[in-house]
Amino acid sequence: MTETLRQPALATGDPPALEVRNLVTQFVTRAITLTAVDSVSISVARGRILALVGESGSGKSVTGLSIMGLIDPPGRIAGGEVRVGGVRFDVTDDRAMQRLRGDRLAMIFQDPMMTLNPVLRISRQMTEAITTHHPDVSRAEARQRAQEALALVGIPAPKERLDSFPHQLSGGMRQRVAIATALLNNPEVIIADEPTTALDVTIQSQILHEVERVCRDHGTAFIWITHDLSVVANLAQDVTVMYAGRIVETGPVRDVLERPLHPYTRGLIDSVPDIDSRKGRLVPIMGMMPLLSDLPVSCKFAPRCPLRVAGCAVEPPLVVRPDGRQVRCIRPLDTVSANDGGEA
Amino acid sequence: MTALVELKGVNRQFTRNLDLAAKILNLLGARYRAQTVHAVDSVDLSIEPGEVLALVGESGCGKSTLGRIVAGILPPSSGSLAFHGRDVSNLTAADRLAWVRGVQMVFQDPMTSLNPRKSVYDIIAEAPIYHGLVPRAEAGDLVSRLLSNVGLDPNFATRMPHELSGGQRQRVAIAQALAVRPEVLVCDEATSALDVSIQAQILNMFLQLKDDFGLTYLFISHNLGAVRHVADRVVIMYLGRVVEVSPADALFAGPRHPYTRALLLEAPRLERRRAFEPIRGEIPSPLNPPSGCYFHPRCPMATERCRVEKPPLRSMGVGRLSACHYAEDVSPLDVAGPSAGADLLG
Repeated sequence: MTETLRQPALATGDPPALEVRNLVTQFVTRAITLTAVDSVSISVARGRILALVGESGSGKSVTGLSIMGLIDPPGRIAGGEVRVGGVRFDVTDDRAMQRLRGDRLAMIFQDPMMTLNPVLRISRQMTEAITTHHPDVSRAEARQRAQEALALVGIPAPKERLDSFPHQLSGGMRQRVAIATALLNNPEVIIADEPTTALDVTIQSQILHEVERVCRDHGTAFIWITHDLSVVANLAQDVTVMYAGRIVETGPVRDVLERPLHPYTRGLIDSVPDIDSRKGRLVPIMGMMPLLSDLPVSCKFAPRCPLRVAGCAVEPPLVVRPDGRQVRCIRPLDTVSANDGGEA
Repeated sequence: MTALVELKGVNRQFTRNLDLAAKILNLLGARYRAQTVHAVDSVDLSIEPGEVLALVGESGCGKSTLGRIVAGILPPSSGSLAFHGRDVSNLTAADRLAWVRGVQMVFQDPMTSLNPRKSVYDIIAEAPIYHGLVPRAEAGDLVSRLLSNVGLDPNFATRMPHELSGGQRQRVAIAQALAVRPEVLVCDEATSALDVSIQAQILNMFLQLKDDFGLTYLFISHNLGAVRHVADRVVIMYLGRVVEVSPADALFAGPRHPYTRALLLEAPRLERRRAFEPIRGEIPSPLNPPSGCYFHPRCPMATERCRVEKPPLRSMGVGRLSACHYAEDVSPLDVAGPSAGADLLG
């Protein structure tokens, strides 16, 4: 399967489905201001899946919530802009975001019960999502569309399922309902925050299969937030790796996984226990991610980096290379020879 | 050599009793019945000294229940459990203590398995002092030693659990288990809640501790990558039944049960890009399992026979068992060989 087949025809010059520039999200308390997302820029085209990868505390979820305008005090968006289909939106404008959310922008959470109301039938929750944004749609038609959306994500007997309550469904089915609800108004962008992490592998596999199809057939753009690189390898076309609130590397999935440029990306890849060969001891990244309240002034990864040198004491900028890949490192891995140890 | 832990025909049921409303309605002629889940269904299992035995399966397959039975936290409904060849149901008081101490458990979520009101020192030192393994005056040394065994600085002893990260808490939980010098460590999804870089650190530590302390592991996990990395032998469970037992290398080279094959095939991999071709259907509810072979509604190889007849576990060569009528016909995996992985991972 080639890349061109996966991607619906894209007229050149079409604006990306979602473009985020220099997003800064901070959490402000009387004593301290924490910058959870520091100048993050991402963009995803129609029908493409961008994976946003990082460990706990990397800022990947806060990035997703910021784009959706779901940051509550003491959090605040301190800068940056978000464009959907080329049009700029003010993510701090609650009323404007309310019109956007669930219509042109949708989100899927790790726990589907964050989306679903336990005391309402599926039909009520799904039709509400349509009629709120499109009051002209009749209830019968909304119900019909809800049923079609359920069928689209592989729910058997969708007509009967509409009358179920969330507790009558399994975890995998609930997540499908959450995805179907996100799809209802045919959004341009869906932000999915670890939606398959809590699911069993056979169920995860089924849901990823449906997501691939939706993406291909409807041209929906996805931002897939995950810590699981092996899901990224099989699902996304592009990947952005975050560390301590910053982007450290961006590029096409194959390039990044096969030839990572940032030592942190390499460390993540080496940490994944491989199912197809027994590697003996894994090569973990030493130490752990620094707290936001206690970030070093140097490159944020330097304290854990096996390749650090004196120059790492200054935080490097995110460099865009001629081939379009981006990396935040003064010595990207393809410029360092294999036995060059650094002074760690 | 006798097995360290041996389970014979172990069953465990959980019954949900009728609530008051149902009882009253029954008096009025309704027919509510108490529902019974067969969480573990006649399982035979032996754990040999020094091995890492992995227990693999999806939600609701009974792997955690079985782990708790092995750890002595949960009694089996029927069947026998032997430790060092002796049935644990009639041990002398001293032997019973040796058993309780000899099998320790590490849980998935170190957030809930550590007492939030106790310091790391108290958490680790409590059991060995109680068991008389160390005089109170020397417990500090023991705690320091154990903390360095699990890769933490000895001055962590004065900290409280909320001051620690998830990975550090899991290390403390492991030190706590090691404190009573166990022979068997039951790890129930002990790395699942951790970030991948921390998971790699803990997996390596398990292997190191195995060498340092001569430990035997029952490693319960749904993560086949992690299992491949640590396990000598693998037991696959589905809906309370064991469906396949095999040495790890042989299992990953060629499964002998269609469910194992599906698990291996669908585990997402770093180095391979393919369309997802999921197996059908959901895991059935253990309250209401299918007839015959429990896997038949989802199995691509199922026939009429599978619908009716429960397949027994039968031998498939040295150390291998499979509960499939057509175990010989399970096709090999067609995934990219180890060489593809070697290219990527250098």
